Amino acid sequence: MLYREAGQFKTNYFADQAVFPIRQDRIGVAIILLLAFVAIPLYGSNFLLQAVVIPFLIYSLASIGLNLLTGYTGLLSLGTGAFMGVGAYACYKLTSLFPGVNILIWMICSGFVAAAVGVVFGLPSLRIKGFYLAIATLAAQFFLQWCFVRIPWLVNYNVSNAIEVPQRMLGDIVITGPNASLHTRYFTVLIIVVAMTWIASNIVHGRIGRMWMAVRDQDIAAELMGIRLLRTKLLAFAVSSFYCGVAGAMLVFLWYGGAEAETFNINQSFFVLFMVIIGGLGSLLGSYLGAALIFGLPILLRLLPDALGVPMHSATIEHMSFLIVGGLIIIFLIVEPHGLARLWQITKQKLRVWPFPY
Amino acid sequence: MDLLYKIFLDPFVQMGSAPDLLLQTLWEGLVGGVLYALIALGFVLIFKASGVFNFAQGIMVVFAALTLVGLFALLTRVGVSNAHLAAFAALGLTVVVMLGLAIAVEKLVLRPLVNQPDIILFMATFGLTYVLIGLGELIFGGEPKVMITNELFLPRGAWDLEIFGGFVTFQHIDIAAAIIASLMVAGLAVFFSKTRIGRALRAVADSHKAALSVGISLEQIWVIVWFASGLVALVTGIMWAARSDVSFALQIIALRALPVLILGGFTSIPGAIVGGLIIGVGEKLGEFYWGPLLGGGIESWLAYFIALVFLLFRPQGLFGEKIIERV
Repeated sequence: MLYREAGQFKTNYFADQAVFPIRQDRIGVAIILLLAFVAIPLYGSNFLLQAVVIPFLIYSLASIGLNLLTGYTGLLSLGTGAFMGVGAYACYKLTSLFPGVNILIWMICSGFVAAAVGVVFGLPSLRIKGFYLAIATLAAQFFLQWCFVRIPWLVNYNVSNAIEVPQRMLGDIVITGPNASLHTRYFTVLIIVVAMTWIASNIVHGRIGRMWMAVRDQDIAAELMGIRLLRTKLLAFAVSSFYCGVAGAMLVFLWYGGAEAETFNINQSFFVLFMVIIGGLGSLLGSYLGAALIFGLPILLRLLPDALGVPMHSATIEHMSFLIVGGLIIIFLIVEPHGLARLWQITKQKLRVWPFPY
Repeated sequence: MDLLYKIFLDPFVQMGSAPDLLLQTLWEGLVGGVLYALIALGFVLIFKASGVFNFAQGIMVVFAALTLVGLFALLTRVGVSNAHLAAFAALGLTVVVMLGLAIAVEKLVLRPLVNQPDIILFMATFGLTYVLIGLGELIFGGEPKVMITNELFLPRGAWDLEIFGGFVTFQHIDIAAAIIASLMVAGLAVFFSKTRIGRALRAVADSHKAALSVGISLEQIWVIVWFASGLVALVTGIMWAARSDVSFALQIIALRALPVLILGGFTSIPGAIVGGLIIGVGEKLGEFYWGPLLGGGIESWLAYFIALVFLLFRPQGLFGEKIIERV
């Protein structure tokens, strides 16, 4: 009853091509944006902002990046963590070489550096496919992480061999560094993530997205239809790495406040891959849902024993959460292999015909 | 010019001038390669029979070794006074545990996920990895443990042979590892080619549907291959842990063994062996002779580069089946 497109007529092509053709969807997105821009900063506690919402948004961006590559183009990559690292280290290098330039510009530029690196490591994708490619992208993961450790130039020869985020201003507001206020960082992250999601949505709904999906479904057939595989696959690697790079730069500059090579290790790559798979391959909404679940679950599990009043050793909780997260991943895959995004689609269909069964 | 000299000439001059050192490096590479090959073998067994890329192979190695050591400690505490008896009883019980694991995986993970895309099954083995890590740490604790080498009659000590005017050290445990590994591979080869179950396994590897249609039970085959790779994991765990100790850090070696797979091909047992040896030797030689040029630590990614170079010429790996794609 509530969610029904009946009576919403489209009278021109522009309306027909809209991303959210149904009015209820538009209202829903507006409410979510309102919540994110007004309600959360007004009423959210500092813990909620710092430990939940900011990292959730950053990981959502990273998983959108990986989803463009794995979900839309069908190229499995296990190098996400390293590409995020490239973004972070590039941003650090750029802002320490040119401290006068606005840090936000450098965050975007560091995405381009990550894109260039991504293209180089995407080259094998022309020859090899599937799991062979996944392992080949592990080469990127290990090689880049080795570079982060072994090239001291990347961290300006710091003794700690780690990135220490400098203080940067936008006008007279402190954006990065230890003095940046929580709300400034939150709004910076939010604006970048929303803007880049909007861009990603336009990419995947347009010609480029169609090309990617054609390559995903059957690359030889796509080639026969006149899609140039070299360009398409490398473009996917570039855009995906761009998103991951920006996410990595934000992770360090707007959340951690400092990072070493170990931050971008292989577990980071797997973490993002989990989000994409659990959220739903080939769905932007799924990237958000997956990030919320995979990032939120361990936090909930850690809070749960306290809430229930069961005294538990912190190490035991850690082990238990491994066990439970692993088990839940398997259960989720069995129940809904197409991810949370598919669950949402099913719910939408149910809402559409409610109160009738079909 | 100086750099070119350092890259292309200097290492070979070093090799020629100190052949004993070269031999030592080669031997260590081969030993490391045998262990890589064993892990790759576990991967290949499962991939061949069920098309599942089993990421959990590394943690299965750790889990098997932990179970063995944990059960041994339990048995001695219960009052089995003869250490050798306790060790072999623990070994037997560990085999039973691995069988239980194989059955559980088949029942709880593989069967509900039949006919899903490869990537979903791959992610499910990720989930399995987490479950095994959590389970292992809950039951046995996270701290490193010592492998029961003496109790299992595994030899210690080393031979120093005088070759080319220098000494080359052969650890007894390494020799034992090489022998046991070759015995196991030979055993598997016989099992695959001579027994009824082995032939059924190969039939399943060729085509699930055709195998089903001639009356082969897929479930049974899957339990058998997961059990077989559990046994391979146990042997790998014992051998690897005998050189260091039993800890969760061991699962890192599984990531090191992945390039062996792409080098040898996902479906080839000889590929796993040859690939393992190539990667093992290449890694040690590269680290020893070229590593200092780059500041060391290149072991972590060198194997991947060796494998990538091979892949550029043979995308299906050295021994993999030719990939034929149809539109």
